[in-house]
Amino acid sequence: MDLTTTYMGMKLAHPIVPAASPLSKNLDSIKRLVDAGAPAIVMYSLFEEQINAEGLILDHYLNYGSYSSPEAMTYFPDLKNYNIGPDDYLELIRKASERAGVPIIGSLNGVSTGGWISYAKKIEEAGAAGLELNIYYIATDIARDGNEIEQMYLDVVRDVKKSVSIPVAVKVGPFFSATANMMRKLADAGADALVLFNRFYQPDIDPETLEVVPQHILSTSTDLLVSLRWVAILYGRVPVDFAVTNGVHSTTDVLKSMMAGAKVAMVASELLQHGMGRIRELANDLQRWMEEHEYESVRQMQGSMSQINVAQPAAFERANYMKSLESWRPDPTGVKL
Amino acid sequence: MNKRPLVTIDGNEAAAYVAYKTNEVIAIYPITPSSNMGEWADQWAAEGKPNIWGTVPLVKEMQSEGGAAGAIHGALQAGALACTFTASQGLLLMIPNMYKIAGELTSTVFHIAARAIAAQGLSIYGDHSDVMSTRATGWAMLFSNSVQEVMDFALIAQAATLESRVPFIHAFDGFRTSHEEMKIEELLDDDIRAMIPDELVAEHRRRALSPDHPFIRGTAQNPDVYFQGRETVNPFYQKVPSIVQQAMDKFAGLTGRQYNLFDYVGAPDADRVMVVMGSAAEAAHETIDYLNAHGYKVGLVKVRLYRPFSAQHFIAALPPTVKVIAALDRCKEPGSAGEPLYQDVITAVMEAYAAGTAPFTQLPKIIGGRYGLASKEFTPAMVKGVFDEMAKPQPKNHFTVGIIDDVTYTSIDYDPEFNIEPDDVVRALFYGLGADGTVGANKNSIKIIGEQTPYYAQGYYFYDSKKSGTLTLSNLRFGPRPIRSPYLIQKANFIGVHQFGFVEKYDVLEKAAEGATLLLNSLYGPDEVWDHLPRRMQQQIIDKKIKFYVIDAYSVARETGMGNRINTTMQACFFAISGVLPRDEAIAQIKEYIRKTYGRRGEAVVQKNFAAVDAALDHLYEVKVPAQVTSTIEMTPPVVAGAPAFVQEVTAAIIANQGNLLPVSKIPVDGTYPSGTTRWEKRNIALEVPVWEPNLCIQCGKCVLACPHAVIRGKVYDAAELAKAPPTFKSTDAKFKELPGKKYTIQVSVEDCTGCALCVEVCPAKDKSAAGRKAINMAPQLPLRESERVNWDFFLSLPEPPRYNGIKYTTVKNIQLLEPLFEFSGACAGCGETPYVKLATQLFGDRMMVANATGCSSIYGGNLPTTPWAYNKEGRGPAWSNSLFEDNAEFGLGFRLAIDKQNQYARELVARLRDAVGPELADAILNADQTDEAGINAQRARVAALKAKLAELDSARPEVRDLLSVADMLVKRSVWIMGGDGWAYDIGYGGLDHVLASGADVNVLVLDTEVYSNTGGQASKATPLGAVARFAAGGKPSFKKDLGGMVMSYGNVYVATVAMGANDAQTVRAFIEAESYPGPSLIIAYSHCINHGIDMAKGMQQHKLAVESGYWPLYRYDPRLKAEGKNPFQLDSGAPKIALKDYAYTENRYRMLMQSNPAAAEALMAEAQKIVQERWAQLEKMAKG
Repeated sequence: MDLTTTYMGMKLAHPIVPAASPLSKNLDSIKRLVDAGAPAIVMYSLFEEQINAEGLILDHYLNYGSYSSPEAMTYFPDLKNYNIGPDDYLELIRKASERAGVPIIGSLNGVSTGGWISYAKKIEEAGAAGLELNIYYIATDIARDGNEIEQMYLDVVRDVKKSVSIPVAVKVGPFFSATANMMRKLADAGADALVLFNRFYQPDIDPETLEVVPQHILSTSTDLLVSLRWVAILYGRVPVDFAVTNGVHSTTDVLKSMMAGAKVAMVASELLQHGMGRIRELANDLQRWMEEHEYESVRQMQGSMSQINVAQPAAFERANYMKSLESWRPDPTGVKL
Repeated sequence: MNKRPLVTIDGNEAAAYVAYKTNEVIAIYPITPSSNMGEWADQWAAEGKPNIWGTVPLVKEMQSEGGAAGAIHGALQAGALACTFTASQGLLLMIPNMYKIAGELTSTVFHIAARAIAAQGLSIYGDHSDVMSTRATGWAMLFSNSVQEVMDFALIAQAATLESRVPFIHAFDGFRTSHEEMKIEELLDDDIRAMIPDELVAEHRRRALSPDHPFIRGTAQNPDVYFQGRETVNPFYQKVPSIVQQAMDKFAGLTGRQYNLFDYVGAPDADRVMVVMGSAAEAAHETIDYLNAHGYKVGLVKVRLYRPFSAQHFIAALPPTVKVIAALDRCKEPGSAGEPLYQDVITAVMEAYAAGTAPFTQLPKIIGGRYGLASKEFTPAMVKGVFDEMAKPQPKNHFTVGIIDDVTYTSIDYDPEFNIEPDDVVRALFYGLGADGTVGANKNSIKIIGEQTPYYAQGYYFYDSKKSGTLTLSNLRFGPRPIRSPYLIQKANFIGVHQFGFVEKYDVLEKAAEGATLLLNSLYGPDEVWDHLPRRMQQQIIDKKIKFYVIDAYSVARETGMGNRINTTMQACFFAISGVLPRDEAIAQIKEYIRKTYGRRGEAVVQKNFAAVDAALDHLYEVKVPAQVTSTIEMTPPVVAGAPAFVQEVTAAIIANQGNLLPVSKIPVDGTYPSGTTRWEKRNIALEVPVWEPNLCIQCGKCVLACPHAVIRGKVYDAAELAKAPPTFKSTDAKFKELPGKKYTIQVSVEDCTGCALCVEVCPAKDKSAAGRKAINMAPQLPLRESERVNWDFFLSLPEPPRYNGIKYTTVKNIQLLEPLFEFSGACAGCGETPYVKLATQLFGDRMMVANATGCSSIYGGNLPTTPWAYNKEGRGPAWSNSLFEDNAEFGLGFRLAIDKQNQYARELVARLRDAVGPELADAILNADQTDEAGINAQRARVAALKAKLAELDSARPEVRDLLSVADMLVKRSVWIMGGDGWAYDIGYGGLDHVLASGADVNVLVLDTEVYSNTGGQASKATPLGAVARFAAGGKPSFKKDLGGMVMSYGNVYVATVAMGANDAQTVRAFIEAESYPGPSLIIAYSHCINHGIDMAKGMQQHKLAVESGYWPLYRYDPRLKAEGKNPFQLDSGAPKIALKDYAYTENRYRMLMQSNPAAAEALMAEAQKIVQERWAQLEKMAKG
């Protein structure tokens, strides 16, 4: 039985890879992930915006109200070092790459062109086997059109690719007017893999307090479907590796991801909820299922249910919607739609 | 040997540098202006910086200066090289140990930023009163006059103490030398090692207590031997002068800087000689140089080693030609034959003259004078004034200089216009606002010029006494020669005015020299600014031929992400137009220093500042000055019309920076000042102020309760009152069930508001159609100023609601109607302490006596010019006083004892005079129930009747006279003992414990900010585990002391913990219960603080998080419940809902440890979380009974 897969040129023991999450925040936890069977690890994201914000906030509070009283010129000792910047992150990548024994994939979320490039280089220099660019932009500016924003994404990928030699995966959200076309453009810009899809934190409204509150809901298997569809559609058409992320919780989810065309299925919420031990459980279950169903290898099933390989390619398009309609029955209460 | 680096540092850092390098154990405790020395030591230790022996000194914060001295005494006895730093009252607390240390001939140096001592009032500023109070302890005293000397003498003192075994005080002028930044040469480790022979260190250790060769020290001695014992030390003292001189000579060999025990400067044939020590010697030195170049023959003896006073060396320093000697003391000893230095000079001269060893044949006249108390300026003009006085046939003795004494006429005249500052010295004066970064930028400018150019540089900063909207005055000098000008700039050739609002408030061009350059931060451009200047300023610009530039620095700051910090922009402009450095070089240097200063805070911070520098010059414009004055704008009067005469005459002068001109006769003789003076000063410091929306308001009173400055008030009144209301006065129907059919208004005093926005934060009423809008919202102040001023006055004129009969003031909603008698304090905008203080005055103000520990609350509560403790329309209000830091509980108990005794005596007299005053009245007084306001008020009426009756009786009867003088004590008084955690947990804890244990009816309010807030946030025992504070730069390693738990163990003390932002109703309940409890009460109040590193507008939110995390559980322990058979302990908050870190990491004090040392932060946080849980379990158990 061959559970191995190849993701961006990296040969992995099986396709269940921990996605970027707080589980990779320290070396101890990374080691535990490896012990739990992780074949590679995507590091938690280095957020350029957060680095900037931390510096600016620290600066604000060290200055706040200072030199307002002869007895209290300032209110805090100005310490020698604040670890503002990527140093800790890079050090962790360095140590993890040296000691984990599995490929370490850095994850980067930048806000400036300079930031993307310089941090990408530093992550490469720290020894990462690959890099995941986590690009998202909430397009709230009514003056900016889709082309402009898409171009911004493509520029980032192109610039980063030019500056590093390790493989680069691109993680984006599903909200593009022409998703398939955009994915192709990302591949053309140099992406070695597409990680579908990013999971956004969504703001919520509390009607009692009339406050906007952040909502941190973990994924469920239902969330998988969006990724599944698009991997299935793009498989064989866009020449990159695919990773399914967002909604992988069970062995069935892993199987579906592979069949749709993914090289790896990335897990985060499942591990956060039920522990790192789930990696081995999923891998063991995967093996058991494959044995029961007489599959020889994971490679064998990868893309088997992609749009180009299924009997009814239209099932991934409008027909799927029609089928849903057919299965719909009027509400017995008679409420009008 | 390596080249010694030139550094630009202040005196505190210079002293700490050497002390740290030459000691093993350092005990520290905060007190202004010496705190920075301890802070440096703590920070260096946290950074692992070694001393000259390659080991990191052990730095330990103590609970008081007395504790620090005790710990040092112990460390010395155990053989360590040990030292401490202090000033003022702190030094006084060390005196008992100092006698011991000297008596035992123990080597140590205490570094003292010499400061005034609290007498008729406290002062944080510099003079020699503290050091002079220790003359009898037997310590040697070495005085430094400049920052370079501080570094040098710190080492010379250390060397001399090890050699002589006599302990040394190394003193320098607090708030002058301690805070003056100067370019100096830094000593190398090799220099220090060369001065500190290892053998002397070994001898010091050999003298230590050790069980390996035991002896005892510290015996009790009887009349037979004590006296002789005191005389055994004489040989050691006799050797000190020569040991110090040898150390000075050795030092000169190393560094080329030669000092002597007494240094003479001036004409070798001078007829007049001044004797002085401290920074004043520098001013005298430069003036004498000037005077002698202009025909004078005068001289100066700088006293270096003041104790032991070597008369022989002093006499040798005098020129034989001297005819008149003036000894100047920077202290006052009322009732003495003269101040200390004067007396020493007389003794030395007379003894030498009598012995025939004097160099002069004719006895010179010797006069003594006082100068410079509490950092009063001592200028060349005053120096010249003294010499001119000395030239008179009958010079005034026991004179004062620098003030106008029109009572006992001690002061001598001088010409304030006399100015000797040379033209090749750049003298720049900057008017800034505390929060705008002006001082910080100027500190960088000093370093740039001091360290990157051959120029000598000096920086000194002055602040007014308010903690919000502070005026800062930066005095910067740059010149080709060493600068000896330890006084504020007299004539500036550059004036930076960083806030446009100052031009109407202060005479900013008063000190401008002719042809000076003015840089004004103005939202008005070069073509329009002229029309917005006051008339006087226009005239000065024309008369003084001032070159005038403007920049809209706030726009630049906004555009470059700098917020309200205009520092780098103004700094770039200063360099661009002052010509101190070539423009490009200056910009490059500014950027380098930005990187140096802010680089550790991240690249984004650096880039933001760079952008502000780059944008600055594009916005800088020269103003074409018109030939004519055109303005009709007058300067704003310092106080409003209608203020009492004292306020108009005295307070107003202080506000307008003219306090130096007030003569002695205008100052109260005993430190007594009128209450409620903040109401006369309209500071107008808020850019935005709250605006009330009557239609949204639910009249809950939360904004009134939370307002730290008492500028938001609520009133209920009859509709008929509105007939006289100004047109924009807002009103709505009152929703108070006890007051039906009335009208209601929330009114804001926009001129007193600090714009903190705490009220908006706590307002629960949101607009249902636009949830971002509340019943209180911030809006620009300027357009509202005039209309709201009128509205405020009208609001104040509305009658106060009845305090009893009909309405119960037990809820937040109703308490908003009570007049606060603590208003418009100078506390920080958004202060977390003052809402509690104000609440107490609303509830009990008309009968309160307040003992206030030194600290933030005594500064915002009692720092001149204007003070917030107020009075009501009947003229009643809190009687407030501050004794000291350490004795506040005892001080308050004293109030109680006086009240109790005189109440008892008054009752005895009423009983004795029962028939005379009328049995009915007497019985009613003696049996009065004063447990509520109605009862108290009824008693007041009875006492008034009693006094009226007594006035009719025979005043010759002693009982009648006595009863008249104590009758007021028959009305209940509420004693409040207030202070911060530094007092209650640390320095005053012993006294607090005793007072609480006494059973006396006092109410203790601990305003717990969890640090010594007033001195800049040093750790106290209230500081939480894992928080960064000064003196705990590596994160506080121990958990907060459970003061409430400790006090509850007495069983008879009412104890409550409160956090207004978490549960305001519980806060109110606790205050009322505490006050009503007829025994000791303790309220520990969570007080958010600027020292926590939070957005002060969200301060109340921190209370909530603290409580929700279980960090700050709310409870009340009421011993009265025991009598009812109930559990006296009531837990008022629920089980922890959030993790401790979810509260802690919203505050910079915790976050910065996470950033600087994540491993330590995580470990401390885990430990803290564990303790929170354990404590919660314990409290829950107690609540279950």
